[in-house]
Amino acid sequence: MGILRSTVDTSSETYQQNREAMLGHVARHEALVAQAMAGGGEKYVQRHHDRGRMLVRERVEMLVDPDSPFVELSVTAAAETEFAVGAAVVTGLGQISGTECVILGNDPTVRGGSMNPITIRKILRALEICEQNRLPMVFLVESGGADLPHQLELYLQAGSVFRAITDLSSKRIPTISLVFGSSTAGGAYLPGTSDYVVMVDHQAKVFLGGRPLVKMATGEDADEEDLGGATMHSTISGVSDYFAVDEMDAIRLGREIVAALHHRKLGPPPDRAPVAPRYDPDEILGIVSADLRVPFPVREVLARVLDDSELDEFKGGYGPNLVTGFCHLHGYPLGILANDRGVLLNEDANKAAQFIQLANQIDTPLLFVQNVTGYMVGAAYEQRGMVKHGSHQINAVTNSSVPHLTLQIGGSYGAGNYGMAGWPYKPRFLFVWPNAKTAVMGAEQLAGTLSIVARESAADRGIEFDAEADAARTKAIEDQIFFEEQAHVMSGQLYDDGIIDPRHSRDVLGVALSAALTNECRGGAAYGVFRM
Amino acid sequence: MISRLLVANRGEIARRIMRTCRRLGIETVAVFSDADAGAEFVRDADYAVALGGNTPAESYLRIEAVVAALERTGADAVHPGYGFLAENADFARAVAAAGATFVGPDPEAIAAMGSKLEAKRLMSEAGVPLLPSAELGRLDGDELAAACAEIGYPLLIKASAGGGGRGMRVVADEAKLADAAEAARRESASAFGDDTVYAERYVSPSRHVEVQIFGDAGGRVIHLHERECSIQRRHQKIIEEAPSASIGPATREALHAAAVAAGKAIGYTNAGTVEFLLPADAGDVGDAPADFYFLEVNTRLQVEHPVTEAVLGLDLVELQLSVAAGGQLPEQSAIGPVAGHAIEARLYAEDPTRDYLPSTGTLRAFAVPGPVRVDSAIDQRGQVSQFYDPMIAKVVAHGPDRLTAARTLATSLRRATIDGIRSNRELLVRVLTHDEFLDGRGDSDFLERNDAAALGRPLVAGEALAVHLGAAALARQAWHRATTALTPAVATGFRNAPTTPQRVSFEHDGQIAEVGYRFTGAELVHLAVDGDELADPVLWSATPHAVDLSVAGLRRHLRVALFADRVVVTGPDGSVDLRPVPRFVEPGDTVEAGSLVAAMPGTVVAVQVSEGDTVDAGDTLVVLEAMKMELAVTAPTAGTVTAVPVSVGDTVTAGQVLAVVEG
Repeated sequence: MGILRSTVDTSSETYQQNREAMLGHVARHEALVAQAMAGGGEKYVQRHHDRGRMLVRERVEMLVDPDSPFVELSVTAAAETEFAVGAAVVTGLGQISGTECVILGNDPTVRGGSMNPITIRKILRALEICEQNRLPMVFLVESGGADLPHQLELYLQAGSVFRAITDLSSKRIPTISLVFGSSTAGGAYLPGTSDYVVMVDHQAKVFLGGRPLVKMATGEDADEEDLGGATMHSTISGVSDYFAVDEMDAIRLGREIVAALHHRKLGPPPDRAPVAPRYDPDEILGIVSADLRVPFPVREVLARVLDDSELDEFKGGYGPNLVTGFCHLHGYPLGILANDRGVLLNEDANKAAQFIQLANQIDTPLLFVQNVTGYMVGAAYEQRGMVKHGSHQINAVTNSSVPHLTLQIGGSYGAGNYGMAGWPYKPRFLFVWPNAKTAVMGAEQLAGTLSIVARESAADRGIEFDAEADAARTKAIEDQIFFEEQAHVMSGQLYDDGIIDPRHSRDVLGVALSAALTNECRGGAAYGVFRM
Repeated sequence: MISRLLVANRGEIARRIMRTCRRLGIETVAVFSDADAGAEFVRDADYAVALGGNTPAESYLRIEAVVAALERTGADAVHPGYGFLAENADFARAVAAAGATFVGPDPEAIAAMGSKLEAKRLMSEAGVPLLPSAELGRLDGDELAAACAEIGYPLLIKASAGGGGRGMRVVADEAKLADAAEAARRESASAFGDDTVYAERYVSPSRHVEVQIFGDAGGRVIHLHERECSIQRRHQKIIEEAPSASIGPATREALHAAAVAAGKAIGYTNAGTVEFLLPADAGDVGDAPADFYFLEVNTRLQVEHPVTEAVLGLDLVELQLSVAAGGQLPEQSAIGPVAGHAIEARLYAEDPTRDYLPSTGTLRAFAVPGPVRVDSAIDQRGQVSQFYDPMIAKVVAHGPDRLTAARTLATSLRRATIDGIRSNRELLVRVLTHDEFLDGRGDSDFLERNDAAALGRPLVAGEALAVHLGAAALARQAWHRATTALTPAVATGFRNAPTTPQRVSFEHDGQIAEVGYRFTGAELVHLAVDGDELADPVLWSATPHAVDLSVAGLRRHLRVALFADRVVVTGPDGSVDLRPVPRFVEPGDTVEAGSLVAAMPGTVVAVQVSEGDTVDAGDTLVVLEAMKMELAVTAPTAGTVTAVPVSVGDTVTAGQVLAVVEG
């Protein structure tokens, strides 16, 4: 029984400063969330409601089981891009008729729900989540189709959507389309490729070519109900399997379809009753350093996330920069790898590689808690084989076949990001705190490195080094990296599954872990060759 | 000596009789109808015999079947309870013929008192004051008017064989006399098989005071003081008390004396009740008694006998059994003075806001907190059958004085668990706390004067109602979280990106109310009803069965009963019966606008319109018979009848469409 003991002084000045800083990050995140929630803005929301239609999140609320959790993914996708925050689509993990599903709904108030390159990225990620975790997909369809002026960046990517849907079907992962509105041209293949299709009377419009296009192409005068209405598709074409009299009826049918799937979880159930942590999750806010260059004790964070604040540490006295151990989260057994002091040394990397293999031996999922500046540099470490030790960790992470969840609570730099199951290593879910920073290296370090390289290059070529220009360039690069490494910028690019309030970590991870265990949890796949 | 007693009755009275038997070591035998096969009184009995059938005529009224049960079980005595065969002289004779003891008066007394006209004659001879009355025989026209002229108006036409208000008509003036007499004859003939009616002076408002008498085989007749039962709904007593609070000592003495005289005049044995009518102001006139008139003698144990038991510390059933076995009654002087005051309320499965519409079905949870006596047919749950009297229970409070008894009874009823069935609880509580009633002004017109529908309205209203609605939603929420297999420990309704609150709608008292709530972690941070936020909600705890909730600083511990189609929230304010509005409706389940549906299961006895008819608001479309009552289904608005999917004789279920009117 390794109960984590907290020694946080909540009255200290540092605690208060940390807390204020984190609340600032949270506030910035919440402002972006509010933008996403507002959809296309009051006018379009009103127009949508006036047409007797529900907003996408209202549809989701009616679809999921009462009082069950709904974890929305990548809420602030497209932040700091030219596109609307949220990317005109809602994705998330929800429970429908007692079944965990991925829900994906277009937001028709944002440019008619039309899809831009970020939208496609978000949709493809949702489909990937279905595939990796064997989760049924429920589409809430109402979209004007592709954002055509951006066709260069999305035409071919969009094609992958339909490929992914049919791929899910081939893997016996059900897909269900509830069609609330337009789903035309290419968009028609979304219901077209789904296993089950429900269409809402007088709202659904599913056709390849609309009235004007048909008129132009063939001269035929066809009305839209005949071209693609719910009645036509439910009685003549067979594109629709269920006719819904209205939106609520479609949602009812969707819930019945999911219930009838009898989709059973293949992963192990919790092996003990969930126990809340012994310490208040709210205190996480004051634990995390306002300045990420100041290390903070990750055990204090874990004590506010894990069941009963319990962690049975593995190799507690070895490789102290990485905390590893077994614990429970919402009753599920779980292995943890958490950075405690930013940098990873040789011992830490080896400890990680061993622990990952152990978790695989016992089919136990892993949670990576990232606050990492990278693998250690310097002659001593290189000579001891930092490269091969870092590679051990990367090899183990890559080929580990138990579910990985990643929570980024601070920095994520260099190859440390890779070894700690960062985005390229395809964790089942990756959530990020709003204070997090992600880049190849820190802004000052990166800019400084470039400056040194420039100075040395100038010296090599015998050119006089323009210190003033270098300072300006260094400043510009620093500013650029400071901007790019921010959580909301990275999240805007879909390099994670969303920013979360640190206080939500336990519940978000619990929902994600349970969802991940819808697929089987089996470790012990083959690893690559470990360089010794 | 009685050693095995057959109870020829059902429900609460059967149980109550058996309770005394058990205490006295007497074995008990129940008889039961098919509808009562699972009833508690059957289980209470040592032995039971099925009578078959459902309606009283098919079961409890079948003398030969009850006598067969007597023979089968070798019971040596029969207690008839009240109602059914209790005042049937033939039954008393049949029991005697079978060699068993009938716990009640002899058949002659039953027969004599069963005919109201005969009873009046006997009482008149014994010097008991009577209301001016006239036998109407076959009289009509001028003869009828002349016979009634002496009585004066308003007058009451009553069935000689009647009871329970059936066959009774109030006639305001001579112009309405002929029609009323005819209607009373018709109703009396159909209800009692005897169309003999008579007219008597109608005293209104009035007081109903009755004296409990007992006689033994040795000719001793004593009284056990009086009860007042003035609070009545349609001649049905609902609140009874002992002693009467409206009479003075002289009147009391005169009533007791008259009752004993009446009993002696007919050589009465066992328990009986002599009912009297008094003017609303029934106080003594100086030292002289108020006017009082003989109404009738009930030759059985009365429903309301527990109030007498409470104030005298007696068990009247024990006394009945003793007398029936040939025992001697104590002398009048041995009967103590009344101790304190007792009030009984009859809890009925009926809706006072809808013309006392009976409410049948499953009583899913039932409990009345003390300190009160509860005589009920069921323990914790059970059926309220459509075939019998819809009384759920009698609740009796005994206190040192009348106000304490009334307060105790009201509080117990307010906090009672009566889940799943509409009852008259609200009406009872409102009467028991009504100034008029507490001041002693509760006469027979009380429920006409004070709108019964208003008295029957839910007790919980305003902010308290909002709190109860919130509690219902929160208990459901707790149930959802307690029963989920998926991430049960994740915060209820968890959202990482806040959207709309969780919402659930309930129908209450014909209105739909939507409750919205939101949690942050385990903390309730928002609670609203129809968009109006409840101030400073603090949820101390919520389980599927109980919600401990503060709103605006006031904390209540509310008990919740969750059923698929009902949520009942009960607390200090009373009880709120809610129907959760399903989130989804099957398209086929919606009823066409303008449809009139059966309020309860029953049989169609008349269809008065056909498709295409034009009707005015209030026109009767279909008549349904259910629970011994005829219910007219009327047009809610003027319009055209577009469908009548039922015909006479059809058995309909609650919610079945009877007619469709398009306005």
